[in-house]
Amino acid sequence: MKVDTTLVKHIAKLGNLTLSEAEIKLYTRQIKSILAYIETLNKVDTANIKPTYQTLDKTTNVWREDKLQPERGLTQKQALSQAKKTYQGYFVADHVFSQSAKKTSTKLDKRRQIDKYNAILTEVNSRGNLGVKDLFCTKNIETTAGSAVLSGYKPQYSATLIEKLEKIGFRIKNKLNQDAWGHGSSGENSDFGPTKNPWDTTRVPGGSSSGSAVAVVTQDVEVATGTDTCGSIRLPSNYTNICGLKPTYGALSRYGVIAFASSLDCPGLFARSVAKLKTVFSQVAGFDPKDPTSQSQARNKAENKKIRTIGLPREFFTQGLNSEIKNLIQAAAKRLEKKGYWIKTVSLPHSAYGIAAYYLIAPTETGSNLGRYDGVRYGQDRSYFGAEAKRRIMLGVFASSAGYSAKYYTKAAKIRTLIIQDFYRAFKQVDVILAPVAPMPPFKIGEKSANPLEMYLADIYAAPASLAGLPSLAIPCGFTKNKLPVGMQLVGPRWSEPSLFELGEEYQKITDWHLQKPKL
Amino acid sequence: MKLQPVIGLEIHVELKTKTGMFCGCSADHFGKAPNTNTCPVCLGLPGALPVPNHQAIDWALMVGLALNCRVNLESTFDRKHYFYPDLPKGYQISQYDDPFCQQGFLTLESGKKIRINRVHLEEDTAKMQHKTVDGKKLTLVDFNRSGVPLVEIVTEPDISSGAEAKEFLKKLRDILRSLAVSDCDMEKGSMRLEPNISWSRSASDLADYKVEIKNLNSFKFAQTGIDYELKRQKAMLDQGKIPVQETRGYNPKLRQTFSQRIKETSADYRYFPDPDIPPIVLSPEYIEALRSKLPKLPEAEVSGLVKDFHLNISTAQLLVKEPLKLAYFNKYSKEVGPKTLANLIVNKKINLDQPPQLKTTSRAIDSKIIDQVIKENADIVAKYKAGKTSVIGFLVGQVMKLTHGQVDPKSVQQELLKRLQVPNLKF
Repeated sequence: MKVDTTLVKHIAKLGNLTLSEAEIKLYTRQIKSILAYIETLNKVDTANIKPTYQTLDKTTNVWREDKLQPERGLTQKQALSQAKKTYQGYFVADHVFSQSAKKTSTKLDKRRQIDKYNAILTEVNSRGNLGVKDLFCTKNIETTAGSAVLSGYKPQYSATLIEKLEKIGFRIKNKLNQDAWGHGSSGENSDFGPTKNPWDTTRVPGGSSSGSAVAVVTQDVEVATGTDTCGSIRLPSNYTNICGLKPTYGALSRYGVIAFASSLDCPGLFARSVAKLKTVFSQVAGFDPKDPTSQSQARNKAENKKIRTIGLPREFFTQGLNSEIKNLIQAAAKRLEKKGYWIKTVSLPHSAYGIAAYYLIAPTETGSNLGRYDGVRYGQDRSYFGAEAKRRIMLGVFASSAGYSAKYYTKAAKIRTLIIQDFYRAFKQVDVILAPVAPMPPFKIGEKSANPLEMYLADIYAAPASLAGLPSLAIPCGFTKNKLPVGMQLVGPRWSEPSLFELGEEYQKITDWHLQKPKL
Repeated sequence: MKLQPVIGLEIHVELKTKTGMFCGCSADHFGKAPNTNTCPVCLGLPGALPVPNHQAIDWALMVGLALNCRVNLESTFDRKHYFYPDLPKGYQISQYDDPFCQQGFLTLESGKKIRINRVHLEEDTAKMQHKTVDGKKLTLVDFNRSGVPLVEIVTEPDISSGAEAKEFLKKLRDILRSLAVSDCDMEKGSMRLEPNISWSRSASDLADYKVEIKNLNSFKFAQTGIDYELKRQKAMLDQGKIPVQETRGYNPKLRQTFSQRIKETSADYRYFPDPDIPPIVLSPEYIEALRSKLPKLPEAEVSGLVKDFHLNISTAQLLVKEPLKLAYFNKYSKEVGPKTLANLIVNKKINLDQPPQLKTTSRAIDSKIIDQVIKENADIVAKYKAGKTSVIGFLVGQVMKLTHGQVDPKSVQQELLKRLQVPNLKF
């Protein structure tokens, strides 16, 4: 395989991106270095391993009867409402038989910064109590996914989860900042500027659901929605000292949540206590006929198992882990041991390959999901994608292109199977796994932005649960000596949210980390 | 080495389900005002998700079974990626490695078997129009058709002439109509044909090039288009030139194909399983239950009529081809006598809306006759649409002939004009 500018130009064409010569050079170099890291997957023998493309407990045949759904239909006016150009009831695209002019983005009007942490993108209702990540479609309320591509876009419909939250009495207060499309671990990839961490405004609050975490810790809202594709709820929870749930894949409907990587995207919730998360989650989880991957058939078989044994995965406590975080998590385990839980070391041998597999699967899916943004029906054209979105589209288009998909995408899907099997074995020995989310405490804004790979590695401990579709509850467990928040995650088998809540609540009864607030 | 004509067919058929392949919008998109039949799913809005239509899956399976295919017990929907304004998501949900049905065949009158490579299910695209507005060339897009269920039937390259292709297509259409899964109306685009043509050593040893003809909207055009293309390619090959790999259009006026798009390399569609849709897993019992629902297929029906009522084969075939006529025959054959009735029907001397009478007295224009004339004179209709409006007189004459002069020619002309104003011309 030779990654050179010719190949990268071909990939850009396949991904329908117009890149400058400088970008071609940059992506050639970056794709090379990311692929070099991904080569580590070749150390794993995956012969006779079946690839995993979805984590649905073998759910099959989710279909609908052939009945009209007029309630979901759009009028011509609604359909055309978000298009830049229309003509007599039609959408207008560039003439397909003519050479179209090269697209270049013009700078959008600068957004007014609303709050001092740049957590809020759109104010909706000052009396509201719900914060909504801007990846959730909200009818007639601007929804940007943190990207200039969707700046100004007002969706014609609302996400199922938002409708459910409104039904149980929540009112949207603000739409919240995030890494564009969910691509990022720090919040710095927002096209509308980074969100700042209230504990230290020179540091990142974690991403991609950066604004959601900040809105909760500053008590602007009671609860906020987020999404976690590979740590995007858990990392900001830990970095801002709040609680976040990445549910079992499929527990909360993805309908109306702008897709990043469909087989990994988990909509979830932020709150200041586990008790609050538990109450809200139990009211909004459930099958959504609009999302065929929601609530697999195994859901009904889940039982609320009392946790007795807690496992610490050996591979998560290696040199890569910051020593302060390591000590605080071990202290948390000790605390629970004193309460009568058994603590045991377990092994998740393939977890080290999680990030490499993740950075093939997620870009492949995002390269596909971002194909719809052509500026014809809504939003701006593809020249408005930011650097990280372009990088991931390029990587994903490459990994799924002819001649490479078996080597990359399929290989990664097999690694995913092995990671699922690791957990399966571990959960025969323990009821839950206690682990760090981030290898380092909140870092400085700008510190990692020059090196994408280094940023990707911030999610190394988040990746395994994401790839396996497992629920993970992130909760605070202490502070570094510089008074930066540190948290941990409790990972359980699929559909074990009730058990995770029970353990989390118990921990929060004997500790008060989650009650600590930043000086605003 | 002797070369022979090698022709394969790709046929797209719109299913007449009530709703879309992955959404609850009406599948009946024809003739509606633009962009009045959409929802977040078929418009490809951010965050929308597809949910497959059970009826469409069953019908695709029945098409496969009727074409003697093997049904895959495990199938997936896959994403096929390319960029075009009529494709709202940047990918089409289709099937790749594991389509619903594979390896079937359809037998021609001669006994020759045309092998079927696959029968799979996918979603239709939007409709485009290309216009100059205020001096600027634009493409206008109407998403009403986006997401309508399409069955794609792909043959092996076993066909060797335009006439064989036409026979295959007619037989296929008869089967699809008897299954009642599609109206196969070429005018409305609910059946679309794409032959690919080359001169090769054999079906298993194909030439390095192949030429695809697109937008053929009648069987007759398919036949003449294929024959023209074979002649054109042969002439080139005889001069030692190799035809280029390309997509060609068909001009019915000139009865010629013309170059549309050169294909430099085979496209890279980056297929992968659609993560939004769980796999479809079928039991052998499920498939057998569908098989038992298959109606008597046309061939069996024809031989039944010949055997039971002593009709001649061509009369029986004409009856079977049109379900309405066949139903009429079955209803009244005892009263009138099968042979007499069959002849009356076949010679169009009977009004199917009434019980059999020897002379029709109705003066209303039967829209079926208008349909029939439009369908049987596709070449004339094409001329009309190409701007030669004087041919309308010929079509009026045809209607008068079929109605035995019992209707008012002026209203016939009006009716015809109304029907021929098809707004969505595809380029």
